[in-house]
Amino acid sequence: MRRLLLATALLFAGGTAALAEDYIPPVNDPTTAKECGECHMAFQPALLPAGSWHRIMGNLSDHFGENASLPPATATAIESYLTANAGRGDPNVLRITEQRWWRHEHDFSDRAWKRSGAASKIDCVACHRDAAAGLYEDD
Amino acid sequence: MKKFVLPTAVAVLLAVSAGALAAGNDAARKAIVDGYAAAAGPGFAGFSADRGRALYMGPHTGGKPETPACATCHGPDPRLAGKHYRTGREILPMAVSTNPDRFTVTADVEKHFARDCMSVLGRECTPIERGDFIAYLSGL
Repeated sequence: MRRLLLATALLFAGGTAALAEDYIPPVNDPTTAKECGECHMAFQPALLPAGSWHRIMGNLSDHFGENASLPPATATAIESYLTANAGRGDPNVLRITEQRWWRHEHDFSDRAWKRSGAASKIDCVACHRDAAAGLYEDD
Repeated sequence: MKKFVLPTAVAVLLAVSAGALAAGNDAARKAIVDGYAAAAGPGFAGFSADRGRALYMGPHTGGKPETPACATCHGPDPRLAGKHYRTGREILPMAVSTNPDRFTVTADVEKHFARDCMSVLGRECTPIERGDFIAYLSGL
């Protein structure tokens, strides 16, 4: 219900910058949702610029230290979706959590991070319960 | 009388389709396991759930130090959901009894063996290990 209210509020307040910044369109490509979502939340394409996605998808065998290899055709399809719907940011920075806007929004003490229960900084849903639906307002 | 017919028909249909789905899953899983048996080579004497359990529980060396066992992420009780060691992402149960879709899509099964055997063992799993693993997780 809360989600419905928020979605409705967002619909009517679409022009309000503060709210719009907290809504990021969710992943709506089934392959991306499945393959990326197996090991972490399927991050929205708008969270990184196209250049970052391109480099990430070109090196899945060493995906931040994990082997996330996919068949080439699958990786290409996912990359196309991500780059076509990419956001802004520094294309030389691969991690969402090292983009300037992200660090600005998450400038918390180590203690606060620990208290959040997040497994790591990319455990978005530990704090943003509706992150997968694109709602990041609850911070 | 008539008013019982429809719900009963629906219930029967549901039961039949659930049964058909389960049978489809079992057939798909058997085809994957049969493929490993065929690839196991001469002297193959069947898969072992006990060996599969040992493989699952570890601990192993040779892979990433953070993931010495399948159980590191999938949990010591495969009937329950696991948790990715690094991201916290929930992983659906590995046991067929609580997750009947397990080991039914060849591409998914092969993808995960390819990645996770490297992470845990530092090498590929043999066909026998793959069959043992599925034998263990199918029997819980």
